[in-house]
Amino acid sequence: MRIDANGLHYRELNKRIREAARKGTSRFELVGVNGQRYIADGLEGEVEIHIHGTPGQDLGAFMKGPRVWVYGNAQDGVGNTMDAGKIVVHGMAGDVVGYGMRGGRIHILGDVGYRVGIHMKSYQDKLPVIVIGGKAGDFLGEYMAGGCIVLLGMYGTDPPERPLAGHYLGTGMHGGIIYLRGEIEPYRLGKGLAFEPLDENDRSFLELIIKEFAEDFGKDASEILEEPFTKVKPATHRPYGSMYAY
Amino acid sequence: MSSWHFGKDISGCGLVGFLQRRGEGVNGGVIIRAICHMDERGNGLGAGFAAYGIYPEYKEFYALHLMYEDMVALSRTESFIQENLHVEHQEQIPHRHLPSIKEHPRLRRYFVRPKRDLSEAQLARGLWVGEDDYMVRIVMTINREIPGAFVVSSGKNMGAFKGVGFPEQMADFFRIEDYDAYLWTAHTRFPTNTPGWWGGAHPFTILDWSIVHNGEISSYGINRRYLEMFGYHCTLQTDTEVVAYLLDLLIRRHGLSKRLACMALSPPLWEEIDRMPEPQRGLCRAIRMVYGSALLNGPFAILFADSHSLVGLNDRIKLRPLVAAVAGDSVYMASEESAIRAICPEPDRVWAPKAGEPVIATLKEYAEDHEDRCQRASL
Repeated sequence: MRIDANGLHYRELNKRIREAARKGTSRFELVGVNGQRYIADGLEGEVEIHIHGTPGQDLGAFMKGPRVWVYGNAQDGVGNTMDAGKIVVHGMAGDVVGYGMRGGRIHILGDVGYRVGIHMKSYQDKLPVIVIGGKAGDFLGEYMAGGCIVLLGMYGTDPPERPLAGHYLGTGMHGGIIYLRGEIEPYRLGKGLAFEPLDENDRSFLELIIKEFAEDFGKDASEILEEPFTKVKPATHRPYGSMYAY
Repeated sequence: MSSWHFGKDISGCGLVGFLQRRGEGVNGGVIIRAICHMDERGNGLGAGFAAYGIYPEYKEFYALHLMYEDMVALSRTESFIQENLHVEHQEQIPHRHLPSIKEHPRLRRYFVRPKRDLSEAQLARGLWVGEDDYMVRIVMTINREIPGAFVVSSGKNMGAFKGVGFPEQMADFFRIEDYDAYLWTAHTRFPTNTPGWWGGAHPFTILDWSIVHNGEISSYGINRRYLEMFGYHCTLQTDTEVVAYLLDLLIRRHGLSKRLACMALSPPLWEEIDRMPEPQRGLCRAIRMVYGSALLNGPFAILFADSHSLVGLNDRIKLRPLVAAVAGDSVYMASEESAIRAICPEPDRVWAPKAGEPVIATLKEYAEDHEDRCQRASL
């Protein structure tokens, strides 16, 4: 189903998508999207949505299953509390990508803003993954409780002198893993976190993730993997266990 | 699919601005399209526009835009103006009567300059402070001492138009499409802590400074008391007002560059300063120590402008959104990329400015002139 979203209010656009999806439409082509909020929010099942333009805030929030492709940049709040499915952005994304994300994948080709992947969590077979092709702002993975963030720093438009990640990376993190392609200065790391080399498990897990990312964007996985990666993990899963105990 | 109904609107203010760097006029219809694209960010309790280059026939005169709650305020203000200023021209600010705008203040504009004989007399007594400072005093006096009278803007060849409503209503009301400006800013408001009234809508202004803001200035009390020492008095019941006066104080009166003023408003954290090499570290420390009371605490994205530049600035940890774009000779800044694309579908470059790092766009002739002066200074 093709929808020309030019001039369409988000309520009308999302209503059309939901109604059609309920009746069994499984593929949507949205053209002329510019700033419409809440696309694919809470949508469930085997649905494919191709978005041409710049979708608005909270793309794919609470989404449970659909796969979304964005041919352009995304704004703030991509994949907010997303449950399952996939979002692929062929451009940059704004602040708070994957906030409280608890399942599914988000692949961003370019740079992302501040507070990306904060409060991510995992449970049993639910393992959310965010892969960022460019660089990230401050507070990446803040309060992270589970899941995985991979930061490549390769395909963004941030100038080369910009650091791979901003300050306070993983502050308050007590679960999950962040993989960095290359290194960052230790002072950018939140308290109670440590750099670790990758082991065999990490390497095979990362290879799977990178392979899928590279396929989505037509990149060469081996080129991405040829640089050494660093792993960031919390030193303990209860870093604040004795915070209020004297 | 569950159907949720949130008990409240989820929103935040929206702002947008652009500068045509060759100084060519752009019709108000363009900024209207951009700000109305972000209607979701406001709730109809305030909207406004600032426009530069709109009064070329009176460009030597300060354009005083006034808002009056009643006739008493109007007549008291007009006699005060007659007493202290030469009025070259005065008129009602053109507006349409709309069914959706049931009440609005009386709106007039005056093209003025300080009286020559007055300045000469004061000069003789050593009391003359310069035309800009004189005008700041005039604005402060009207706002403070005449109940129901408020100065909306007071710069040369620029004006602010604002009130209670959605941006499309305010644009319609003030006939914004009748103006061409080389620099526009616009705002849609979602008031949180302070009342939604005509004077509290954005932009806030003094002389040719104008500012639109999304966020909260938690340091309002400190900033306000600091400004009082320099003769600026906050009367408009909204935190954003302090930013307009801080810009005037830091840049015009103290002579800081825009970049340094932005550093004072949104400085690096102390731990970042400690890591800097000299002389940058010494400069940052000095700015933070001297201008500690000018620091804006709390989340914000602001756009501010004067007659030759448009500047975007975020708080130190980017708690409000800001996106910038360049297309040819135009520079755009907005809360959302889609607002820029609504008026410029294919920009040459789009980026998200970093926390505390200003984006400064200037008129081409100013940039060249400024560079030239800097080069001469370094020789």
